This record gives sequence, structure tokens and C-alpha cells, in this order.
Amino acid sequence: MKVSATPTALELIEDLKETHGKDLLFHQSGGCCDGSAPMCYPAKEYMVGDQDVLIGEIGGIPFYISKTQHEAWKNTDLIIDCIKGMGGMFSLDNGTGRRFLTRSEICVPEGTSLN
Amino acid sequence: MAIKKKMANKKKKVARKSNTKSKKKIKSIKKKKKVATNKSKIATKIKTKKPSKIIHLDKNKEITKERGKKMSTETVKGGVSASLDTSHLKVPFPFKKKYGNYIGGKFVEPKSGKYFDNVSPINNEVICQMARSDAKDVDAALDAAHEAFKEWGKTDITTRSNIMNKIADVLEKNLNLLATAECLDNGKPIRECMAADLPLVIDHWRYFAGVIRAEEGSVAEISNSQYSYNIPEPLGVVGQIVPWNFPLLMATWKLAPALAAGNCSVLKPAEQTPASIMLMMELIGDLLPPGVVNIVSGFGLEAGKPLASSDRIAKIAFTGETTTGRLIMQYAAQNLIPITLELGGKSPNVFFEDIMDKDDAFLDKCVEGFVMFNLNQGEVCTCPSRALVQESIYDKFMEKVIARTKAVVQDNPLKMETMIGAQASVEQMEKIKSYLDLGKKEGAKVLCGGDVAKLNSGLENGNYIQPTIFEGDNSMRIFQEEIFGPVVSVTKFKDEAHALEIANDTLYGLGAGVWTRNGNIAYRMGRGIQAGIVWTNCYHAYPAHSPFGGYKQSGVGRETHKMMLNHYRQNKNLHVSYAENKLGFF
Repeated sequence: MKVSATPTALELIEDLKETHGKDLLFHQSGGCCDGSAPMCYPAKEYMVGDQDVLIGEIGGIPFYISKTQHEAWKNTDLIIDCIKGMGGMFSLDNGTGRRFLTRSEICVPEGTSLN
Repeated sequence: MAIKKKMANKKKKVARKSNTKSKKKIKSIKKKKKVATNKSKIATKIKTKKPSKIIHLDKNKEITKERGKKMSTETVKGGVSASLDTSHLKVPFPFKKKYGNYIGGKFVEPKSGKYFDNVSPINNEVICQMARSDAKDVDAALDAAHEAFKEWGKTDITTRSNIMNKIADVLEKNLNLLATAECLDNGKPIRECMAADLPLVIDHWRYFAGVIRAEEGSVAEISNSQYSYNIPEPLGVVGQIVPWNFPLLMATWKLAPALAAGNCSVLKPAEQTPASIMLMMELIGDLLPPGVVNIVSGFGLEAGKPLASSDRIAKIAFTGETTTGRLIMQYAAQNLIPITLELGGKSPNVFFEDIMDKDDAFLDKCVEGFVMFNLNQGEVCTCPSRALVQESIYDKFMEKVIARTKAVVQDNPLKMETMIGAQASVEQMEKIKSYLDLGKKEGAKVLCGGDVAKLNSGLENGNYIQPTIFEGDNSMRIFQEEIFGPVVSVTKFKDEAHALEIANDTLYGLGAGVWTRNGNIAYRMGRGIQAGIVWTNCYHAYPAHSPFGGYKQSGVGRETHKMMLNHYRQNKNLHVSYAENKLGFF
């Protein structure tokens, strides 16, 4: 699993860095309502640990997903996009009129094939 | 058939003209309200509300009537477009132009003076403006709640119960108006609002009003001179964060048990659906002492976070998703307070071969049970979004469910015949689209739907998704993640053991369905599936008397049912010695 970001998402990340500082992190959510949304927080406010997997960086910001969700999602690469919207719970994009959206592509885990 | 009957009754009720004949009583209420705004008289106010006077109901009819008159001048600027017209439902457009926060028993401006546009998912037109609150408004609401708790926490149970029954009565009298508001705010079909959401709201208020009357603490006789008395006590002021999929019902699931247990609440509705709860408070607000319920609208980051992280709440209840659930637990850890979390699922709906032993009413019920993934546009935490069908009946059963799914009427949610409405927000529609896209990339076969639904007649800008059935494998992400849309992913199973294995191969465990004519299979599957609720030969039933909550990553705690009361209470143990003599240690 890899993570990347679209130009519009990178733009929003830069805007958030300007407002909230550069020390941010992403955590991929799961479950209902705003589930599946990538959440962005000040790094010191969100506790990540051994139960999380760091899958990469976008815009210089580390991107985490929980270990169990990583296992369920491992056949996909994540592309973080930015769309119009106002949701996002406590994520820093909330209320900006823009929000991050996770899109996905099929990937082939190392050492395996799709068949 | 039951739904059809209910729908027919609703239509009759809609057509029925409201009967208003109590202007004198209204005047007396207005006087009483003035007196009651004095905080020191909370207790007096509660006691003066005699159960025998059903004045609130008559008054409420008048409120509705008055609102209808006002609406001609108070609708959004320029009025709403024809696709949001509610006149065929015989109710006025339910919303005012603008809503402040409901704090301390009245509507107040947000301290920053900021508002945000609230749109209807039906066509994404602005229907009203809502307070864009921040930490200062949350603080004001907490002040009001703490002040109110001084008296409310001590009210006798009969008083609280009677008030909650009156709330239910007023909501019932205004069912059509509230249902219309919910339909406009959320995009769900009016027939679901009228036959499911609002009746459940009303029933939950009555259930908790009733259950606290029948409850009692306990006494243990430790010895013939020592007794241990257990007395439930309220926690105090609680924070409650409500999702956008069932705005009034989820608010009620949280408010009714909290209030019944003697707590005061500061509640934040979702920014996607903030308006219907304000209408509800307009209707029921004066039945409660000021400050017992406070509603602060706004964004999660600006208003939800200050509430969830406040050191002035005694508990936080949240419905949403896992990452925010963890964050809420973090805040609760910092404040050392309890939580309840409901974080979603990926519920399996399992169909065994014996359902097709006969072509009868039960088989028809099973077909409907499959198509239940369309209820509320699939925006239900327990959406039966994974269907497991025994391979021996797969082709024949799928033929029936595809035909039934294709017959689902998708149109303006305000029409009584519409079965599936609009997704609650543009971004939710975008998320569902991303999963429709992913499902195809994963190699799942689209059996029907699979795309955005293009509707016309003024609905071009609304959020509509075609009811979609994917066929694939449980390892695919469309089987593993809650899409929260009208999308079901179907797979086959060989036998009971295989069905159970697939059903439990998920991170979540909120709901499940089992369909069979064999009681033994039903029992074994029901016990074997790791989920908080397993519906057997039914689905999407949410009576107040059934507990709701999840196993695994679906959350912590339960909602609804009297067991919910203990999520909003402390236990006070009074340990009393009636002996005269000392122990003799010292």
C-alpha cells in the first residue's frame, strides 16, 4: 500500500500548514458516517502507536492507518484528493469549504500477483 | 403490508385539518413561561406542570398554525424552489430563515455572530442559516447546563417521566411537520420519516419515560445489622455529538436516556443536518426547565472538539467513525470520563437455501430483507451492505432481489411514493462514487446500478446514487469498508460454517441478519456472529426496547434499551451499619 496526493490536496495541505503549523499528521478513518475519510490533525494531538502503520508521506506530512485496517486495505494504494465540502469532524480541513477524500487504486502487494 | 397501511394512515392524517381552539390556554402558558425563565424557579416550574393539563398539545397546534402564517414571509430569501415545496403534505415550509443556538431555554445568537448556509440534499439549495459556533458558545451552553443540573438532577422521577411523556405527545402532534423538516434537512424519503424516524423518536421518549418509573435501586442485607443500598445517580452535564444520518432519532437516542437519568446535555448536531433539531426544540423547549437541553450548531473542529475535550463534561457520547472515535477516547482519557461510541459496521445479511423451499409470503419477506440496503439511502451504521447467499439458491434468489431493487422508486424525497431519496451531502455522494469506482477496479461485477442517478425536474443538483448490487469476494474493500450508500456487495457461501466464517471476517460487529426457516440454524448463527444485534428473519428493526451497539471496532457501550441508563449514571452505594457496638480493631 502506498499513499499519494493530488495537486489540489497538496494545495490544501500547504494552506493548513500555514494556519496550523507544519507539524501535522494524517490518519485514515474507517467505519460509518465520515468513515473512510483521511483525517488531518496537529501531530501532538493525535496519538499513534504500535497499532498503526505509517504508509508514507503526502506534502511532507506522515500518513497513518490502523494495522487492522491496513490488513483489510492492503491491496489498494490510496490517492488523497480534495473536493468541495464541509464535513470532516475534527480534521483540520473541517469548515474550510474543502475536504480531503480518499480514492483508491488496486496495487499488487510485494511477492504476490493479482491471480 | 404493514408499511402500506401506515402510509395510508399518514396520508389521512396529513389531510386532516388541525383543530385549534385554545387561545386562552396559550396566553396562560405564555405567562407561565415568563415566570419560569427565572432560573431559581426551575423546580417550581416543573411542579406546576400538572399531567392532567394537556395544554401543550393544543398550544402546539397553534404554534404550527402560527408558523404557517409566518412562513410566507420567513422562508429563505426569494422563497424555495418548487422541488422543495411542502404544500402537498399539508404542512408549511418548516424552517425559519435563521437559527441561533438553543441555550438556557432560548435561541441566542452565536457569540461570533457567524452563521453558515444549510442546504437541502434534495437539490443543494440553501434552506436556512445556522449558527457557526465556537468554544465560547460551547462554554455558554455548559454554563447553562451546569446551572440547570442543580435542580434537574434532583427532580423526582415522576416529574421527569411526565415531562418526557409530554415531549412525546407534542412530537406526535407535530409528526408531519417534523418529518417534513427531516426530509428537507437530510434528504431521506418522507415516507420513511413519517413511518419510521418520527414514530421511533416518539417511542423512545415514551420508553424512557416509562422505564424509569418501573425501575428501582437495590438493597443487600450484608448482615442483620448492615445494609448496602444501591441508588442510581446522574453523572451531571454530558456532551453528545450526533451524526447526520438520522438527525432527530440519533439525538433522541442520546437525549432521552440522559434526561431520564437526570443529566443535562450539551448536544452538537452534525453540520450537514443541523436544522430539524432546532425545530424540535422550538416545539418542546418550554416543556423543559431552561438549560436541561442545549443545542450548539456548527462545525466539528470549531464546536464539536471544544465540547468533546471540555473538562466540564461528565461523559461524552459519540456516533461516527473510528479515527474520531479514538480521538474522543483520548480526550476522555485526559479528563478521566466515560464514553459511549458507536462507530459503524459492515453488517452481513445471510440467506440460507431453505428460504426458497416455498414461494410464499416469507420468501417475499426475505427478498425485501435483502433490498433493505436501500433504507435511508444506505446511510445506516447497520446497513446490510454485505449479502451472503447460499450457492444452491444463488441464481434464483438473485433474480428476485435484482428485480425488486430495480423497482425501488428514486425521486424527490418529498413525494410520498419515493422509496430512496438523496445522500445527505455532496461529499458523501463523492465518497460513494469513489467506492463504486473502486468496486469495478477490484473486479466486482455490477448486477444493477453502479453509478450516480441523474434525476431531472429540479433535482439535477441533488445527491442521488443508483441502488447498486456488486457481486464479488469478501476480501475486496467493497466488502470490508462501510460505503454508507445504497450499495450491497454479494457473495456466495457453501454451508453454515462457511457463512459464519465470511460473516465474521470483518473489522466490525454492529448488526447482522439471518434468514432461514430453520430455528436451529437461526440460533447457531445468531450466537456465532460477532455483532451486537443479529436480526433473525427481519432487519432494520430499532425498537427502544432492543439494545444497539457493537462488537469489535464498532464501538463501546450500547444505546437504546434501559441498559443505556447506566451509561448515564453513577451508582451510589450507601453502606449502613445499624449496630451499636464497635468492631474492636482500635
